[in-house]
Amino acid sequence: MITKRIIACLDVHAGRVVKGVQFVDLVDAGDPATQAVRHAREGADEIVLLDITATHEGRQTLLDTVRRTAEGLFVPFCVGGGIRTAQDAEQVFDAGADKVSVNSAALKHPTLIDDIGRSFGAQAVVVAIDARRDPKAADPVRDAEVFVQGGRKPTGRRVVEWAREAEQRGAGEILLTSMDSDGTRAGFDCELTAAVSEAVGIPVIASGGAGTVDHFVDVFGRGKADAALAASIFHFGISSARSLKEELARAGVSVRLPC
Amino acid sequence: MRVTVIDYKAGNLTSVLKTLRHLSAETIVTDGDLALVAQAERMVLPGVGHFAATSRLDQTGLTGAIRAAIAKGTPFLGICVGMQWLYAGSSEAPEQPGLGHFAETCTHFAESTEKVPHVGWNSLKVREDSKLLAGVHPGEFVYFTHSFKAPVTADTAAETFYIEPFTAAVECDNVMGTQFHPEKSGETGLKILTNFLKWSPEAGK
Repeated sequence: MITKRIIACLDVHAGRVVKGVQFVDLVDAGDPATQAVRHAREGADEIVLLDITATHEGRQTLLDTVRRTAEGLFVPFCVGGGIRTAQDAEQVFDAGADKVSVNSAALKHPTLIDDIGRSFGAQAVVVAIDARRDPKAADPVRDAEVFVQGGRKPTGRRVVEWAREAEQRGAGEILLTSMDSDGTRAGFDCELTAAVSEAVGIPVIASGGAGTVDHFVDVFGRGKADAALAASIFHFGISSARSLKEELARAGVSVRLPC
Repeated sequence: MRVTVIDYKAGNLTSVLKTLRHLSAETIVTDGDLALVAQAERMVLPGVGHFAATSRLDQTGLTGAIRAAIAKGTPFLGICVGMQWLYAGSSEAPEQPGLGHFAETCTHFAESTEKVPHVGWNSLKVREDSKLLAGVHPGEFVYFTHSFKAPVTADTAAETFYIEPFTAAVECDNVMGTQFHPEKSGETGLKILTNFLKWSPEAGK
């Protein structure tokens, strides 16, 4: 039976894992390679590394980080942040990533999705979407607005419509972040996640708002998510993927255990 | 031990190479040097992406070289599209023949309400006499990402259920393949790759 994935997310800045709220008050949370291997050992089904302050100058640092992180990692490994061209993606793959996550650049040039998919396969392309409910829209959830640049810039695109386009262009998965929920630890936006998951035929990874085990139970059930991202709940030894999955299993969610 | 990894310019090889090296294998990569295939101790054909990309194996003459190496007993492991290539072909690219070592054809998952591609960790039902999957216990999981699959036949070494039962691993003497990615399947995957690296006609009989 296919299991629901728990994906550990490492936000990286200048080669270090950082944790902060809305990109401020960043706290050093360790070395990405060490953290990634620890999460994998503790039961994470997949690792996502996001370069949250991707800059042109920082590319080499990121590639070095990806290389070091991939070295000891034997679970799927996705890298995002600052991937603007198929050449950027190729460098990240060569460094050892299995998937790349594209966001702002894909909205600016949607053919980026086609290009990476053609060269590396759909399974290698994750389209990350940051969306905020739009109370003025006819359907505030399905028509939630898509933002870029770390949530700073509205695009006018609607979440369901953009997710469908991404799928048609050859995305293998959607990584959906609810900007309303992100950082609140009050739960995922299950309605938003379900709206996108029902609109596309590819897996949807839910992100933003995880605070308790029940939030994960909810997003896998009501939210129809195929996978969920966990970031802050794993930091500083608060919890591990394994203990989270053991509790999910008790709640009737199919997960990879033992792991 | 030495492994010849065949590069047909579809997707990236980094993960597979890194994992084989982690298991202390020496890796040799070729995208067309037929002598390297003829002399190979073991061969791995990775593969992600589209079945049509395997046409490069025909253009470079690698298909014939691999066929000859298999015939003389060289252990061979195909991964994902590399496994599908062992079959007669795939409905993903009907004009492109596979090696035809296994007579069946790979097909797309049947229409259903489930998501396709099948992405994630799924379990295996392992055939008891499988050498490739020796030591893999019920309830162990491996990582899949694919939309096309091979049918379950007598050569199936492990089957998995998603929408329908399909071949997760195939094995007939020295010819082996996995639909899942052992290089991405944690400790279970490392165990399977180790079995391949240790495979010999006599071992385990």
